Amino acid sequence: MSTDIIIHDKKDNVGVVVIEKITPKQDCKCWIMENDSSINIQSADEIPLGHKIAMIDLKEGDTILKYGHDIGKVVKAIKKGQHVHVHNVKTKKW
Amino acid sequence: MEVPKSFLGYKRENGRAGTRNHVIILPVDDISNACAEAVANNIKGTIALPHSYGRLQFGADLELHFRTMIGTGSNPNVAAVIVIGIEPKWTKRIVDGIAKTGKPVEGFHIERTGDIGTVMKASKKAQEFVMWASEKQREECPISDLWISVKCGESDTTSGLASNPTVGNLMDKLEPLGVHLCFGETSELTGAEKVCATRGATKEASDKFMKTWSAYNDFILKEATDDLSESQPTAGNIAGGLTTIEEKAFGNFQKIGNCKFVDVLEPAEEPKKGKGLYFMDTSSAAAECVTLQAAAGFNIHLFPTGQGNIVGNPIEPVIKLTANPLTVKSMGEHIDCDVSKILSREMNLSEAGDELIKTTLKVANGRLTCAEALGHREFVMTKLYRSA
Repeated sequence: MSTDIIIHDKKDNVGVVVIEKITPKQDCKCWIMENDSSINIQSADEIPLGHKIAMIDLKEGDTILKYGHDIGKVVKAIKKGQHVHVHNVKTKKW
Repeated sequence: MEVPKSFLGYKRENGRAGTRNHVIILPVDDISNACAEAVANNIKGTIALPHSYGRLQFGADLELHFRTMIGTGSNPNVAAVIVIGIEPKWTKRIVDGIAKTGKPVEGFHIERTGDIGTVMKASKKAQEFVMWASEKQREECPISDLWISVKCGESDTTSGLASNPTVGNLMDKLEPLGVHLCFGETSELTGAEKVCATRGATKEASDKFMKTWSAYNDFILKEATDDLSESQPTAGNIAGGLTTIEEKAFGNFQKIGNCKFVDVLEPAEEPKKGKGLYFMDTSSAAAECVTLQAAAGFNIHLFPTGQGNIVGNPIEPVIKLTANPLTVKSMGEHIDCDVSKILSREMNLSEAGDELIKTTLKVANGRLTCAEALGHREFVMTKLYRSA
C-alpha cells in the first residue's frame, strides 16, 4: 500500500511528498500517520521529495500546522494542492 | 509485539548493569594521551580514551571536565579503569570519584616518573584488570536496567517523518517499563521550546527547561552578529524541504514520543530522580552530545540519521537508524536498523518501533553496532570557555 504524501498529525494542514516528485493535477494518495488513515488530494504544482503540499486553502496570516504544531505563518495566500515553502511561509521566531 | 522484560548485561558493584564490559585507560589531560595509548597498546582488550583538554581549566568548565571524566569511568559499561594524569592531585580526584561505584580503579601520575616508568606500572595494573574483567559473565537483568540516550544527526526530511518518530514510538513503549531515557540538543529545540517546556512532568521541570533554553538563547543573541535565520534551517535543510526553524525543531522533538521529562540535567550530570525521561543541556554536535550522555551513565544510545551521520562512542554503543532509502543503499555499513519502509507505507510506526526495540535488545545483549565494528570511538569533551 504505497503512498505519495505523508501527513504526521490529523490536525496538520500540510503533507510531505515522499515520492521523487508529484506533478500538477496528479491525484495523490495521502497517509495520515497518527491514526493510520488515508485521504486523497489533487496537486496544483510540481513538488519534489521532502517538500510540503497544502491540504487546504490558506490565506495570509494563517498558521501552518505540522506534527500538530505551529511551524510558521503564511505570508502569501496558498491554494489547496500548492507547494508550501520559503516563498509563501516564514518563521514566527524572528 | 510483547516487549522482552530482560536483557543479558554485566552486573556492577553499585547495582547498575552494563551492556559492555570495557576496561578503559583514561587520560586526565591532553599531555597524558601518549601514555594512555601506550598502555592500551600493551594490554589487549583495553581501550584508551584520548581527548584534547584538562589543563588550566577553571570554574564551571573545570567542574564539567571532572564530571565528564568521573562519569565516563563510572558508566556501567566500564568494568575497570586506569587513570593517568600529569599531576597527582587531579588524577586522585578522578580516581576517588570513580571509586565510589565500587569498581576497580587505579591512578598513575607522570611527574617524577616519566612516560616509560608510568607506562610500565600502569600496564601491569591494566593487565590485572582486563584479565579479571574477562571472567565476568552476562546475566539476566531487568529491562529497567537500560538507560537509553538519544540524539539525531545529519537530519533531513526523512528524520522528522519517520526515523525520529520511530525513536519516539520506542520511548512510548519502554518508558512504562521503568527505563531511564535522555534527550538533549538545546540549540535544535529552538522554535519548539515553548511546546517542549509543556512536556515537563512537573512545573519545576518545565521552568528549569525554559531557564536552560533561555540561557542558551541569550548566549546566541549576545555572540551572534545576527539571528539564526541565516543558519537555521541550513541551505541544505531548505533544499530538502524544511521551511522554518520551528519545523526543524518539531522534527527533532519527535524523538521523545508522548513522554514527559522528569528533570533537566546539567551536561554530564547523572539523573537522580529515578526512572523516566530526562532532558540534558547539550550541544547539538553528535560526538559532544553522546560523550556527555555516556558520562551521565546512559548505557545504550539510539541515533536516527537522514543523510548518514557515522558517529560512535568508545563506551556507549551507538545504534543508527535511518528512514532514507538512499542512505541505506549508499552507506549500509553504518545502519543498524533500516526503517525506510515507513516512507513506502510497507511498515507503520508501531512496527518500526518494534524493529528498533529488537535491534536495541540485540545490541544490549552484546551484538556489535556498526560503529563499534568500524572502530568509531569519538570521545569529545565539551568546553564551556577558553582556558586560563
